[in-house]
Amino acid sequence: MSDPTHLSLAEARDALVAKKLSSVELTHAHVDAIEKAGALNAFITKTPELALAAAQESDARLSRGEARPLEGLPLGIKDLYCTKGVRTTAGSRILDDFTPTYESTVSANLWRDGAVMLGKLNLDEFAMGSSNETSAFGPVVSPWRRKKGDGVDEAKIVPGGSSGGSSAAVAARLALGATATDTGGSIRQPAAFTGTVGVKPTYGRCSRWGIVAFASSLDQAGPITRTVRDAAIMLRSMAGHDPKDTTSVDAPVPDYEAAIGASVKGRRIGIPKEYRIGGGAEINALWDQAAAWLRDAGAEIVEISLPHTRYALPAYYIIAPAEASSNLARYDGVRYGLREKGRDISDMYEKTRAAGFGPEVRRRVMIGTYVLSHGYYDAYYVRAQKIRSLIKRDFDEAFAAGVDAVLTPATPSTAFAQGEKGKADPVEMYLNDVFTVTVNMAGLPGIAVPGGLGADGLPLGLQLIGRPFDEATLFSLAAALESAAPKIDFPQPWWTKA
Amino acid sequence: MSVDQATVRRIAHLARIAVEDDEVERLGGELNAILAFVEELSSVDVEGVEPLTSVLPMQMKKRQDVVTDGGFADDVLANAPEREDHYFVVPKVVE
Repeated sequence: MSDPTHLSLAEARDALVAKKLSSVELTHAHVDAIEKAGALNAFITKTPELALAAAQESDARLSRGEARPLEGLPLGIKDLYCTKGVRTTAGSRILDDFTPTYESTVSANLWRDGAVMLGKLNLDEFAMGSSNETSAFGPVVSPWRRKKGDGVDEAKIVPGGSSGGSSAAVAARLALGATATDTGGSIRQPAAFTGTVGVKPTYGRCSRWGIVAFASSLDQAGPITRTVRDAAIMLRSMAGHDPKDTTSVDAPVPDYEAAIGASVKGRRIGIPKEYRIGGGAEINALWDQAAAWLRDAGAEIVEISLPHTRYALPAYYIIAPAEASSNLARYDGVRYGLREKGRDISDMYEKTRAAGFGPEVRRRVMIGTYVLSHGYYDAYYVRAQKIRSLIKRDFDEAFAAGVDAVLTPATPSTAFAQGEKGKADPVEMYLNDVFTVTVNMAGLPGIAVPGGLGADGLPLGLQLIGRPFDEATLFSLAAALESAAPKIDFPQPWWTKA
Repeated sequence: MSVDQATVRRIAHLARIAVEDDEVERLGGELNAILAFVEELSSVDVEGVEPLTSVLPMQMKKRQDVVTDGGFADDVLANAPEREDHYFVVPKVVE
């Protein structure tokens, strides 16, 4: 077989079962690719020995005809998922050399199904960021570069965030797929920026147990892959009820892969007019084109209104920091992670947290502390939670009126270069999540799927939003878009060091 | 609403994050930029709207009130910056 890193996850699975390829060969190819891709900085921790040992075990199972659903398939894990015996950083200095003595439920589900871990992927610190520039381990570089005339512009492009290591690794063929997490767009925006597919499932579909918490009422785990089918395969293994997370839902997990290729005839797709204002001309043109693709596939396109859309992002920047300030109170230098010496215990807390948290995390913890503090709680936090009810009601009403899914752009534009956004004003960076954040606020499933390339040669993504727990319909619709859209050719490895 | 320097110091202390004197002005500016961004929420009519506490109508699962897990003191302490036997060690709190 030529280069096995060029296979999709589904193709690799089939090749392993057909014994055209071994997991050791497949894993070796990815380990080599990772070794040569240091310039992308996608991994914080690489685990090649663990990967090859797991691959050998998978090959033994494959030879006995006992393959599990993900047998022998090498994946990357966002470094927000706790992995037993493997350092977990959340992209922060404050966790120092934290090495969990337990495994997150979602990653445990992947190992239960036979997957192989390649290592831990870089991310924005505590998943707070939209460009992977807030990581304490340095920014991730996208494998994509801008076109310049007939050549390329060598400016370093961001892979999106917070799951920037995941999106970059998958787009650069360093892993067949990767886990990611999404609190306001952290799976879908990096997927859109890198021409990959990213799924944020319904809140409660995947267990949050063992994933470092950011904003617990918004956080969800999901996959980033190169095809819609691959995302369906990964999500089926990741999802499921977990008694250790009381917000995880005890409902059967469908075979999402069966939804790929299902007819979308008669599906009613809502186009929310309020999303017209957030993006540029290029993304709006693609959005119209995508509606036409779905219409050609037999879907019915209807204009809908989600009137509280514009309030979602500001309300998010109250609720998410409030929950973060509470969740991050645990980093106190006592039980794990960094400790800085102080005069007394309070001074020790303050010095530890000042040294351990980067500027964006500090900012959000402080905003969260402020909006929860005495005298401001009702004006900010309670009001934002009421607006959250209104945002959810907008979607409830659209679905009640017979809409099966909502089609929107995933991001306002193609990816930007490092250092281009948010330097003077943190809000400039926040605006990246204008199309994705409503979905977290309402707890709905969303999928980002590539729609083509912009004039600068970088990918543009579309988003489909579904009814609660109807990920299967999203996979059918996303597969229809994927087959209608121009095929994405992932970048040639300019980053490879011989 | 906007925050002044005294408020920045008060929030930082509530959040248990030490701030240097020369950081206070910049932090205040950043916090005020975020507060200005969320300001438009005050114009939304939320009369009679309940705050959202759960995105999905779900009954929380309950179980018998019995010990089902535990006995992992070594694991719990494995990452402690300072420990003694099965205790976390912290600077002296009570004189």
